[in-house]
Amino acid sequence: MSVFIAKRFMTLIATLIGASIVIFTVMEILPGDPALVILGVDATDEAVLALTKELGLDRPPLERYFDWIFNLLQGDLGNSYAYKVPVWELIEGALKITIPLAIMAMTLSVILALVIGLYAAANHNKIGDVSLMGISQLGISVPNFWLAVLLILYFAVGLRLFPAGGFPGWEEGFWACIHALILPSVALATVLGAMLARITRSSVLEVFREDFVRTARAKGVSQRAALWKHVLRNAMIPVVTVMGVQFANLLVGTVVIENVFHMPGLGSTVLKAINNRDTIVVENVVLLLASMVILTNFFVDILYAIIDPRLKAHDI
Amino acid sequence: MSSTFSQSFIGRCLNSRSFVIGGTMILFLLACAFVSLFWTPGSLEISIQTRFLPPSADHWFGTDQFGRDVLSMLMAGTQNSISVGVVAVSIGVCLGVSLGLLASAKRGWVEELIMRFSDFSFAFPAILSAIMITAILGPGGVNSILAIGIYNIPVFARLTRGSANSIWAREYVLAARASGKGKFRITIEHVLPNILSILIVQITIQFAIAILAEAALSYLGLGTQPPHPSWGRMLNEAQTLMFLQPMQAVYPGAAIAIAVFGLNLMGDGLRDVLDPRLSRKR
Repeated sequence: MSVFIAKRFMTLIATLIGASIVIFTVMEILPGDPALVILGVDATDEAVLALTKELGLDRPPLERYFDWIFNLLQGDLGNSYAYKVPVWELIEGALKITIPLAIMAMTLSVILALVIGLYAAANHNKIGDVSLMGISQLGISVPNFWLAVLLILYFAVGLRLFPAGGFPGWEEGFWACIHALILPSVALATVLGAMLARITRSSVLEVFREDFVRTARAKGVSQRAALWKHVLRNAMIPVVTVMGVQFANLLVGTVVIENVFHMPGLGSTVLKAINNRDTIVVENVVLLLASMVILTNFFVDILYAIIDPRLKAHDI
Repeated sequence: MSSTFSQSFIGRCLNSRSFVIGGTMILFLLACAFVSLFWTPGSLEISIQTRFLPPSADHWFGTDQFGRDVLSMLMAGTQNSISVGVVAVSIGVCLGVSLGLLASAKRGWVEELIMRFSDFSFAFPAILSAIMITAILGPGGVNSILAIGIYNIPVFARLTRGSANSIWAREYVLAARASGKGKFRITIEHVLPNILSILIVQITIQFAIAILAEAALSYLGLGTQPPHPSWGRMLNEAQTLMFLQPMQAVYPGAAIAIAVFGLNLMGDGLRDVLDPRLSRKR
């Protein structure tokens, strides 16, 4: 076990280093001089040169890479080229929107998945199961950004129950913010919830067929008691695994949804930074997103190995 | 593949309700794309006189802010989505399956290298890698296809290697090796045909994901550029006119949903037909 964790941890570190190298290289190849973009096309060559020097972009790439990583490890993300504020301030502000949004969406989709999945499994092949699975198949097929637009059309433009976009900021009050996050999180949760519901259903059905459940039923445990006491705990293993992987995707999925709702979260921050050639912001935000994905996968793998000891290190 | 086998295969597919419903939807979209190559019900040209026309006999779904017929735009958008799906999935299948087969046949450090590479690319989900790739290459239809295609490579590499490894452990492969067949021949004659069904199911799923990803990229302005009609772009343009013409935002998304729904249903049907063991579980 400890050998497996150690091996997996080494891979984690290697992947993180690899990701940082890829991101840095991509930003190096990215056409467009940050200094030129900041100063505009009318800027004189001297001014561009001076700014390039000021930003430290005239130094060799290797030196800048190690500088970036070294400062990163000390918690210093540098200053944004475009806004002249610490990158961390930009990311911090964006995270205050993206993280609550992702958590709300995740919670909603888990509730949705458990209710639908368990109901469908308990009523296997009855009309409720068939129609719910049909709806969930449709739910998986709907692009979440279109669902977001439809939600805006109906609940914001039509009924005027929710804001059509934007984010008031946490200092405006907790409920005002939650109110603004409801439509985007519903848009994210519907698609994810539909997917998780299908996995919950098939996983519950599979465990129901296991010998230990049959034994329990033969000993007189009712279907309902068997479901709660024996099936659910075992059926949740694959659901939790998929949830972990999907949480990472959810974070990235917020990139598009934040755009639909014009919310200044991580997604909008990175798109704006790409347009501004604010490479230092792009590097840090993309590395942050990629690290979250890598770390989630790492914990899912470890969790999986703890749950299912048959899994050997070389299988991963 | 003998003719009796292919006949029974098609017969079993046609017996699967999901395959038939999904297949009909996809055939309908293919027909739309094909017809729009020669003829569209309205004009795709910009004309100020016909801006914002309500739905009528001439324009079933009305016209947009540039006076283009919305139904015609939707039909032409089908071409775009289908070609993006075909190219992006082909890139993923060609490179991914080859890498997966190579990893499985060679084992050792080759497998380790290919698998670590694919683990690593999983750190960059589709949209994130597409944003980075389009940032380097600039926004555009071809670049977004490339981005989605690159994302597909590790997906197929992983799947192929996993299923190929289980085939390599079978007795008939052992027999083939004992009879002196080389690794390449075994891969082509035994491994590939036996993992084909799994690959076909995955192809329909990845096709759906490719259509979704392209629409998302075009919606963000990173994919297909105007004036080429694309469902994602239409949705983006419609969103700015939501108060004026709300229905314009409904059509393109519905088109995407039909395409993805059809492909998912087809995939489900194919899985039931190709792998009866899986269908019994569900």
